[in-house]
Amino acid sequence: MTELLRVEGLTKAYPGVVANSDVSFAISEGEVHALLGENGAGKSTLVKMIYGLVRPDSGSMTLRGQPYQPAKPAEARRAGVAMVFQHFSLFEALNVAENVALGMENPPPMRELASRIRAVSEEYGLPLDPARMVGDLSAGERQRVEIIRCLLQDPKLLIMDEPTSVLTPQEVDILFKTLRQISGEGTAILYISHKLEEIRALCDEATILRRGKVVATCIPREQTAREMAELMVGTVLTPPARSGRAKGAVALEVQGLSVASPIPFGTALKEVSFAVRKGEVLGIAGVAGNGQDELLLALSGELKSAPGAVRIDGAEMGNKGPNDRRRAGLVAAPEKRLGHAAAPDMSLVENALLSGVVRRGLAHRGFIDWAAAEAFAREIVQTFDVRTPGVHVAARALSGGNLQKFVVGRELSQSPSVIVINQPTWGVDAAAAAAIRQAILDRAAAGAAVVVISQDLDELLEIADDFAALNGGRLSPTRPVEGLTVDEIGLMMGGTHGMEVAHHGH
Amino acid sequence: MLRLEKRPSPSAFWQKASPFLAVILTMIAGGIMFWILGKNPVEAIRTIFWDPLFNAQFASYSRPQLLVKAAPLILIAIGLSLGFRAGVWNIGAEGQYIMGAIFGAAAGLAVYPVESRLIFPAMLMAGALGGWLWAMIPAVLKTVFRTNEILVSLLLVYVAQNILAMMALGALRNPDGGGFPGSRNLSQIPAMANPEMVAGTGMHWGVVAAFMAVIAGHVLLQRHLLGFQIKLAGQAPRAARFAGVSPARLVIFCLGVSGLLAGLAGVFEVTGPAGQISIDFASGYGFTAIIVAFLGRLNPVGILFAGLLMALTYIGGELAQFMLSLPSAAIQAFQGMLLFFLLATDILTNYRIRLSQREAA
Repeated sequence: MTELLRVEGLTKAYPGVVANSDVSFAISEGEVHALLGENGAGKSTLVKMIYGLVRPDSGSMTLRGQPYQPAKPAEARRAGVAMVFQHFSLFEALNVAENVALGMENPPPMRELASRIRAVSEEYGLPLDPARMVGDLSAGERQRVEIIRCLLQDPKLLIMDEPTSVLTPQEVDILFKTLRQISGEGTAILYISHKLEEIRALCDEATILRRGKVVATCIPREQTAREMAELMVGTVLTPPARSGRAKGAVALEVQGLSVASPIPFGTALKEVSFAVRKGEVLGIAGVAGNGQDELLLALSGELKSAPGAVRIDGAEMGNKGPNDRRRAGLVAAPEKRLGHAAAPDMSLVENALLSGVVRRGLAHRGFIDWAAAEAFAREIVQTFDVRTPGVHVAARALSGGNLQKFVVGRELSQSPSVIVINQPTWGVDAAAAAAIRQAILDRAAAGAAVVVISQDLDELLEIADDFAALNGGRLSPTRPVEGLTVDEIGLMMGGTHGMEVAHHGH
Repeated sequence: MLRLEKRPSPSAFWQKASPFLAVILTMIAGGIMFWILGKNPVEAIRTIFWDPLFNAQFASYSRPQLLVKAAPLILIAIGLSLGFRAGVWNIGAEGQYIMGAIFGAAAGLAVYPVESRLIFPAMLMAGALGGWLWAMIPAVLKTVFRTNEILVSLLLVYVAQNILAMMALGALRNPDGGGFPGSRNLSQIPAMANPEMVAGTGMHWGVVAAFMAVIAGHVLLQRHLLGFQIKLAGQAPRAARFAGVSPARLVIFCLGVSGLLAGLAGVFEVTGPAGQISIDFASGYGFTAIIVAFLGRLNPVGILFAGLLMALTYIGGELAQFMLSLPSAAIQAFQGMLLFFLLATDILTNYRIRLSQREAA
């Protein structure tokens, strides 16, 4: 195979952090090359340099033997480099063809473009109607719009940033078939992920990054997932310990919960029912945007429902607000840290007060006990190893992972009887994620009923006793984790969302 | 190239220093404006900021005016600042101030000529109620029908002004006034008057109330959970809902308090410095208090100083009109500059300015 792209000694530093240090690797034509690393390992910075979004401080790149220095994405695209981002840049109120046209330098007439979209989508087994409104598409279908937008440019190198985070296992299979077909036609694919099994299934070669440096190159098929994980993290990982737990009475019961979404383009909850007993962890999976945020709001009390729809220890709580539910023993940690779980411009002391005031008694007759609030903030920082110069710094000054530890720690430190967490380890490095999972399991062992909503299936399978999935605002029946297959999980998450595909003949 | 870089934490220094910088910049820009108008800029600035307090000829008259003018500004601004912190924009304090004055005056005049010590407190309560009720209109419309409180409260100012004219010409007109518009002079009726407490200081009950409001506002924002919730709702509305703050209750509270304080300011004014309900009773305190609230960084102690400074520019501005024949529009532009520079320097709290070479695109 001939070499397509060679990256030599790329270095990029930001104030206070070296994102990439002397990174070198090469991709051949038609190769599927994985870029593997934890959050913050420097994967994004590296591909942004290749795509012309960020300029390297030093180092060089060559594309097909020619020096390659894209100053902006348009130049990268002209050179044959295309990228599908993790977060889509699509207009919901426009249709597919219009969205594709917006990303092109010289879009052809709309009718011609529509027929080209249809042709490409059939050729690669990605069925897509050019006339449909993007706002009506599922996350998987939106990703197809982005992929087709790239394919229309006939790229030599396709960069995919964490493409499977919005897909069900079945949709992942379809995507992989498409990617294999693309690579079979000679287009190289740079595949970014931290999901090891995927990389083993798809990629020919992997470059592993840790703290901005290349620590290893390997052929994924010849390695176990565990070996790659340890290369990626740099330490030997220990899975969280699960002590045998005695399961008690039902602590949280949700019965026929139906509420409209307060979020624009949100998903209404439809007849959601489940029960969690003391000492039990219920894992709720689902592709992003299938009602996870709404479920958290309905459980935390920010979104009210029929009185009997939510019961805590048997008491009707559906029509009660967050503080009444806290008094009843329920704590919640929303997914969005800045602006929802924490106020960005307020100090950690104020943020500790924010949700801790009720259960930790941080106010007397409405007057705040600032000394107690500060002590509580210090306790969280110490117990959960939050790296911060002090408790009086603004929440926004903390890194995402540290703020996550603070938010989760704040909720877990309130001796709760019911815990609801959305995306507990989102954007957190492996060591901190393991600590958070352990803390959740410890609370369960102490008798708390826990609901973990997550898009990370591995995480759910690791800590949950029972499993359910949200799909279009409906919750699947609850099943014990033991004995569940990935196929079954995929079907619970909605299968292919009705997008059965023709990968026939390939 | 100048570049703004977000600070990791808000700067405590600039939070305090930016109002001073704004005042200095206003003096410079205002001086240039006065110079363009053909006046000596140094003399104009001195007339506005120095003469009202220290000029041998005018100070004896204008110094007491400082408290008289500052008190309603501070009282109203304290109420407004709570709402502004919570993201509730009451622009109609002027209307609430007028309605407070009408309610208060009407309550007193209803029992005229009875003499009782209870009348003045009763008038205060009636005035507070009037301002509160007027503020409840946008509050209820906002919480029930999601109307925009900025528009509703502002438009109600014009309604209040018409009611004021109607009252001055009709129901509250002095029956012994020979048909002239305007009510009886309340400041000359002992049971209703809000007199100067110590001659030559300008001190009256409204000043006392303003100081009390500063203290209460400070305690509320620093020590009380409600004050914390107000700040939280303004900075991060979703986090506030997560913390169990009810947005509707906050709207009612903030508009209610600001209406109540504006109403009180109206009664103090109509029973003291203004003396009567007249067509031109409304003097713009309710609007100027918006500037005072921001000039004081929405902080009660800051508002105290901002109110005094603003009163000074009023008095000094009048003096400058009189002494240097500066047009009144120039004085208003000068006050507008103050707000402009204040908002502009505000950015230094959360951003630092960096001189840097433009990063290659």
